[in-house]
Amino acid sequence: MKTSEQVLSELLAAMPEVKVSLLVNPSASAQHSLLVASEDALRVAAYLRDQLGYDYCSNVTGVDWLDKETTEKRKTSRIVLKQVDGVEQSVEETVEETVKRVDPGYLEAVYHLFSMKHGPTDPHPPLVIRMRTGNRSDAVELPSLTPVWRSAEFQEREIFDLYGIVFRGHRDLRRLLMWDEFEDHPMRRDYVDPDDYEYEPTPHDDVLKRAEQQRLQAAQGGAL
Amino acid sequence: MSDLAIQSYLPPVIEVESQDELLEVAMGPHHPSTHGVFRMDVALDGERVVRLKPVFGYLHRNHEKIAEKTTYLASMPYTDRLDYFCSMTNNWAYALAVEKLAGIEVPERAEYLRVITAELTRIQNHASAIGFLLQEMGASGTPLMYAFREREIILDLFESLSGSRMMCNYMRFGGCRVDLPAGWLDAARQVVAGLPRFIDEIEALLTSNEILMARSQGVGILKPDLAINAGVTGVMLRATGVNYDVRKVDHYGIYDRFSFRVPLGEHGDIYDRYMLRVLEMRESVKILEQAIPQLPAGPILDPKSKPRGFRPKPGEAYGRIEAPKGELGFYLISDGTGNPYRYRVRPPSLINLTILEDMCLGQNVADVVLIFGSVDIVLGEVDR
Repeated sequence: MKTSEQVLSELLAAMPEVKVSLLVNPSASAQHSLLVASEDALRVAAYLRDQLGYDYCSNVTGVDWLDKETTEKRKTSRIVLKQVDGVEQSVEETVEETVKRVDPGYLEAVYHLFSMKHGPTDPHPPLVIRMRTGNRSDAVELPSLTPVWRSAEFQEREIFDLYGIVFRGHRDLRRLLMWDEFEDHPMRRDYVDPDDYEYEPTPHDDVLKRAEQQRLQAAQGGAL
Repeated sequence: MSDLAIQSYLPPVIEVESQDELLEVAMGPHHPSTHGVFRMDVALDGERVVRLKPVFGYLHRNHEKIAEKTTYLASMPYTDRLDYFCSMTNNWAYALAVEKLAGIEVPERAEYLRVITAELTRIQNHASAIGFLLQEMGASGTPLMYAFREREIILDLFESLSGSRMMCNYMRFGGCRVDLPAGWLDAARQVVAGLPRFIDEIEALLTSNEILMARSQGVGILKPDLAINAGVTGVMLRATGVNYDVRKVDHYGIYDRFSFRVPLGEHGDIYDRYMLRVLEMRESVKILEQAIPQLPAGPILDPKSKPRGFRPKPGEAYGRIEAPKGELGFYLISDGTGNPYRYRVRPPSLINLTILEDMCLGQNVADVVLIFGSVDIVLGEVDR
């Protein structure tokens, strides 16, 4: 059984130039994951499949991490002029100020790999690899790993649909679950669902709007 | 990336004389063969399928989002609605993922109850799947009713155990919800004793049936390499000859205490899938015959556990089991609050459909219905 650390060191021994790092999972499951830079992901994936035997990509999913705002309280000392006993003196004073720091959010694609035929034959935990987008708005492209594992085909479409990650190199990237005209990405953490899913403007709405305007005019004493 | 030669597994492109003479048919969303609402956009050249695109989402309710907005425990009854034929295994997969996330131990008696209910679930699911397959072949009624007769007996057991036939909501993190009612074990023993007769009956009716053989042998062939690459699991995978059963691979629960075989197919066609379902039912009966007499006394849930105020430590876990339809997994991320930060279902029904197009291309349109039926899906799980 290979741990994620061993896989990482084998990867780096074979391809020293790729950017891969280990993310430690503090929970009881201890399923650590490898964070792969998106530009190296396809090479790493092909190596994992063909050389290390992770021929079965079980689960592919997205995660949305919002902008994280952390406020820190910092103590600084500065010199201020103060009236002490009627005389102006410069006094050193410690002031507490709060500093806000915003860590930008990102979208994440997570792949759970196992081995079916070639590779570790004893029970092994999933090898988790992750890719991150630049931000949550305009840099949401990631390379598609469907050339390596076909099982990602529908699951990447689902992520594109529900999270809005655009998978470069996917052969058929369309919405999977929502309808094609739908505009938002409902699995994002800041998604606000509409009051009325069924609402569509109809000619009837125009009539109601005009009637409302006329009522307003009449109330203001205008001519009908 | 261009220097990288990756061997990909893509569906073949079917040559047609003229693109203008193709007939495009939308099979579904209300087609009797689709077991729910599901559409296949098929392009036909005469009777031959040259293109097939599955269309999902008619039953989508964003189960994952709902689960993120509620507590860990409150999602348990909702998992029943994923694959509504197999609520027990859905419960188990979710409970297993949470137990991995929080490091919860399960008492021995609860492990046995889980195995017993899961194997009963597998039998009724496979029986129904065979019944539906034959229904789609035109055997209107008889095989399906035989299967449903047996399924009802098993669902009666579930009802007396959990209060509900199909929406059992039976398992909890670290055990099960209620202990067996009086006389349940005897009733279960009787049901299990009757099952081999039922499987013999199904086999006598179908296994050497000429029509079944003519329509299913050599139809909808799936190759093992493609099946692995496309993440196909369950009976679909093992019919191609790949020996992969999560019960044997992961040794989750207490499956390593029972002796059972993993039946394998050879051809990867519809007939192998049918045969494997029959054989897996026999193996499940074997497991039940071992598990029921061994059932130990003891608690079914740690009495000190507090499922309501459940707050696992930050982290993540992926837990999976061998559900009747394939590998059912749950992926959870905890941020330390009472609600999961991320809750993901790995639906075997959806992922097994990845290769639907590959299996159907070049086949007759009448066989599409059979190939689709042999995958054995439930739309509640596909669309979530």
